[in-house]
Amino acid sequence: MKYIDEFRDPAKARKLVDEIHKLAATIQRDTPLQLMEFCGGHTHTLFKYGIEAMLPANIEMVHGPGCPVCVLPMARVDDCVAIAEQPGVIFTTFGDAMRVPGTRKSLLQAKADGCDVRMVYSPMDALALARKHPDREVVFFALGFETTMPSTALTLLQAHREGLKNFSLFCNHITTPATMRAILTDPDLRLDGFLAPGHVSMVIGAQPYDFVTRDYHKPLVITGFEPLDILQALWMLVKQIAEGRCEVENQYARIVPQAGNAAGLKAIAEVYETREHSEFRGLGNIGDAGIQIRAAYAAYDAEKKFHLQAAASAHDPEHLKCADVLRGVMKPWECPAFGKECNPQTPLGALMVSPEGSCAAYYAYGKLAKRSA
Amino acid sequence: MCLGIPGQITAIVDAANLIATVDVGGVKREVNIACIVDDVHSVEQCVGDWVLVHVGFAMSRLDEEEAARTLALLAELGDMQAELDMMRQMEGQA
Repeated sequence: MKYIDEFRDPAKARKLVDEIHKLAATIQRDTPLQLMEFCGGHTHTLFKYGIEAMLPANIEMVHGPGCPVCVLPMARVDDCVAIAEQPGVIFTTFGDAMRVPGTRKSLLQAKADGCDVRMVYSPMDALALARKHPDREVVFFALGFETTMPSTALTLLQAHREGLKNFSLFCNHITTPATMRAILTDPDLRLDGFLAPGHVSMVIGAQPYDFVTRDYHKPLVITGFEPLDILQALWMLVKQIAEGRCEVENQYARIVPQAGNAAGLKAIAEVYETREHSEFRGLGNIGDAGIQIRAAYAAYDAEKKFHLQAAASAHDPEHLKCADVLRGVMKPWECPAFGKECNPQTPLGALMVSPEGSCAAYYAYGKLAKRSA
Repeated sequence: MCLGIPGQITAIVDAANLIATVDVGGVKREVNIACIVDDVHSVEQCVGDWVLVHVGFAMSRLDEEEAARTLALLAELGDMQAELDMMRQMEGQA
């Protein structure tokens, strides 16, 4: 397929791996370099192609929290179920969120119990349902980092143009730079550089990462999702470190313009604003990372429409170590529940649900223990 | 969640609402093109564009020149490597 096959060429991958080994050999350090791939999509590519095993021993990948399903607190799933249980509601969501456990049940269980929960591919599909069922309330679970925000914002604006009264968003978006800042200030984490998410960057551009190099002195490379993209970005990142540089570089220029996407950013600014406080799983309370719908569009805000109370804190059961795994301070197999009562068939934590979650990835690709374990 | 897939815009369905048909590996579906239209790139000009599709929205026009440049760089790295290997071999023989 065009622009996919070209970035999966094994011969080129081997060359890149060789170059990474040569560069890494020039870096003299007592401990391995710790490089974080922020995005769950990158985690998936790393596992699917076994890239970590090809890397030199002095490069360690730390899997970041960039999977919106995985950082969703259980209390938010409870809110989803509470909305879905209202009479007349059609609750729509991306497939990823269906099986995430709440404290009471998942959306899939709510569906089995008789709620009208529907999986959609696009927020526009939810809007089409609202047009088709004027007597029902259609709610879309707006979830995701900046990649998905233009699509939900543009859908809301379209509903507004059409004067649809029975459509609303349950907004749980989260922003990348604020989340990265929270990671950078975490005293337990010692990182040497970032692979930054390609598709978030296609929306926000390269400039919002300037603080990472300026204030925290960590090099960063915006990265695509094919194996050669990741290898090339790793090569660029290690090269920066070897040469003592610290810059925001863009490996994924075929998709990511420096300034991001003007129309997408305009729609985001029109519809959304930052929340003062929001709680995320594993990340705790991060100021300015959560997103809410502006008062001007309150008619499309499910939180207002269904009078949701501010989400009560629902903590993970004690023996689940999702939070530590999310922060990269614990490996999935070190959690006592991993592969035992928590597995892809009966996931207890979101990291085991989403294919982008590091627990599901470790489980699926048989990496129960790494060479260092 | 944030994954996208490249596809090609084949037709405009509804110019007022910015809806087009995209062909993704032979599968056709409607996409919103609001994010790839601007003052210098009209709705009509989108036909034939390679775009990155995410949750029913064409999110970015694939920059074919940049794609070619990245691939050329990768190829160059490969060539350079081959050349270095050759040099090393020659050195061994000398």
